[in-house]
Order: sequence, then structure tokens, then C-alpha cells
Amino acid sequence: MTTDHAAVTSDHAAHSGHDPADIDKHVRVYITVFVALMALTIITVAVSYLDLSTPMAIAVALFIATIKGSLVACYFMHLISEKKLIYAVLAITVFKFVALMLLPVLTHSNGYWVPEEHTPPAATAPSPHQ
Amino acid sequence: MEIPYAFQERRDTGLTNGKIGIWLFLASEVMLFGALFASYILIRMGAPSWPRGDTVLDVPMATFNTIVLIGSSVTMVMAWASLMRRQFGKFRMYMGATVLLGGVFLVVKYFEYTHHLHLGEYPRTNNFFAVYYTLTGLHMLHVIGGMAVNAYFWGPGAKLYKTNPVWFTQRVEHSGLFWHFVDLVWIFLFPTLYLL
Repeated sequence: MTTDHAAVTSDHAAHSGHDPADIDKHVRVYITVFVALMALTIITVAVSYLDLSTPMAIAVALFIATIKGSLVACYFMHLISEKKLIYAVLAITVFKFVALMLLPVLTHSNGYWVPEEHTPPAATAPSPHQ
Repeated sequence: MEIPYAFQERRDTGLTNGKIGIWLFLASEVMLFGALFASYILIRMGAPSWPRGDTVLDVPMATFNTIVLIGSSVTMVMAWASLMRRQFGKFRMYMGATVLLGGVFLVVKYFEYTHHLHLGEYPRTNNFFAVYYTLTGLHMLHVIGGMAVNAYFWGPGAKLYKTNPVWFTQRVEHSGLFWHFVDLVWIFLFPTLYLL
């Protein structure tokens, strides 16, 4: 690599907040996150062997998955120190994603979901000729 | 004519075209997988009975694949860190490891799929397998796509490093963002399909 390229790289690194001197610190964080993700994966599988009720099992599994996902997003994807515009894009995404997840849940909890065996008989509309 | 902000950051946003582009793309990917997850919840909640994933699917194999994919995320971020440290040789090593780990994931998936197909468990068999093949199949396509891009940057695409190392480092960062997203999706797929 030429000296010019090295200069460009170090300038970019400093400008983007990733000073080469900080990279060593970043790498230590990546290793810590990796160990945490491995431990959480083992915990996820171990918990599945416990005799938990289905709602509790879902809650625990999703809670651990959310922690793992947050670690990946915050540290590997550098979301912990990202620009405002990226946060704005993600805020809209999260809002729409939550709405999407609520659709099936609300469909059930509001009683819109009518199981077939409980479907009331169709009301017979009075004939306009009667 | 040179495209502005290809690798220089805009003063107002502090972002390059590539960075904002990959995040907008990932936002659309969240909605794609989100729609499928919502469909899965709807189908499962409406089903009179639904098998627990671990009674039908191979949990040890999927656990191994989870470890492989998380490991590949670490090698991916180490590849980027190597470029930031201007260590091209190490970048090649870590990027090669990332592609190889992606390959290991696909091989395990191949054995998993062929096992189910030999048992006569097809997407048409029942809703459980329809959901399983759809979600894992779409995820697998993403793994293949990510591997193709990473392999390109490991091989012919690495030429850019000689002429513009900043741009090349940014490209690797962007392909890394996609790869980590693929890992993130699997982190949620694994418990919801295999364990619950």
C-alpha cells in the first residue's frame, strides 16, 4: 500500500470516529460480545429443556433472542454510535414492524378471530318481498 | 462524471451513499421478514394444534448452525477491523473464514432438508413445514447472497483496495452490515421455529 493510501485511510478512520488506536478496544468488545452470544445460545437451548408453560417459554426465548439481537445490532453493526439519520430510518422501521407484529395478536385478543366451531349461524335477512 | 459522496461523507448527514443505501435496504428486509413472522404468528395462533419445534426438528444441528453463524459474524467484523488497521493479509484471512463458515451453514442446512424430505416432510405436508421451509428457505437465500458478495470482496473486488482503500473498507463494512442482519434474523428464527 502506498503512503498516500495510508494517509487517506487514517484520515477516514479519524473522521468516521474509528481511530486505528481505538480499533484494538473495539476488537476486545467484539470478543466479549461473541462470548456473551455463545453463552446466551446455550442458555436458550437449556431453558427449552425446562418444563415451562408455553407462554412462559415463548416469553423467555424471545427475551433472550432480543438481548442477543441487540448485542449484534449495537456492537457488530455499530448502532451504538451511528448517525442521526440512520436512527431516524430505524425508528420508522421499528414503528412499522411493531404494527405488523400487533396485527395477528390484536386479531385474536379483540375477538375478531372466530373459530369455525363457534361461528354463529348466518342471520337470515328478511326478504324485501315479505 | 464522478458520483458525489460515493465514499466521502456528506457534511450534513455524515453519511455516504452506500451507508444510507444499505440501511434503507435493511429496513425493507425487516419488513419482509416481519411480514412472514406475522403470518407465522397468525397461522400458529389459529391452528387447533401445533407441534413443538424440538419434537419435529433437529435442535443439535440448528444449535451448531447458530454457533457457526455467530462465529461468522465475528470473523466478518474482524475482517473490517483488519482493514481499519491496514492489515490486508488479515482481512483476507477473516473474510475467507466468513465465507467458509457460511458454506458450513449451508452444508448443515442441506443435511437437515434432505433428512426431512426423505421422511416425506414437504412444504405441502402441513402448515408447520410450510412455515419452516418458507422462513428457513428465504433466510438461506440471504446467506447465499451474502456469501457471494463477501467472496467477491475476498477475490476480484479486493483490487479496489490498491486504488482506494477507504472506499473498499466502506464496502466491506456495508456487506458486513448485511451479513450481521442475516445472523440477527437467524437469532430469532432459531428459538421460534426449533425450540417453541
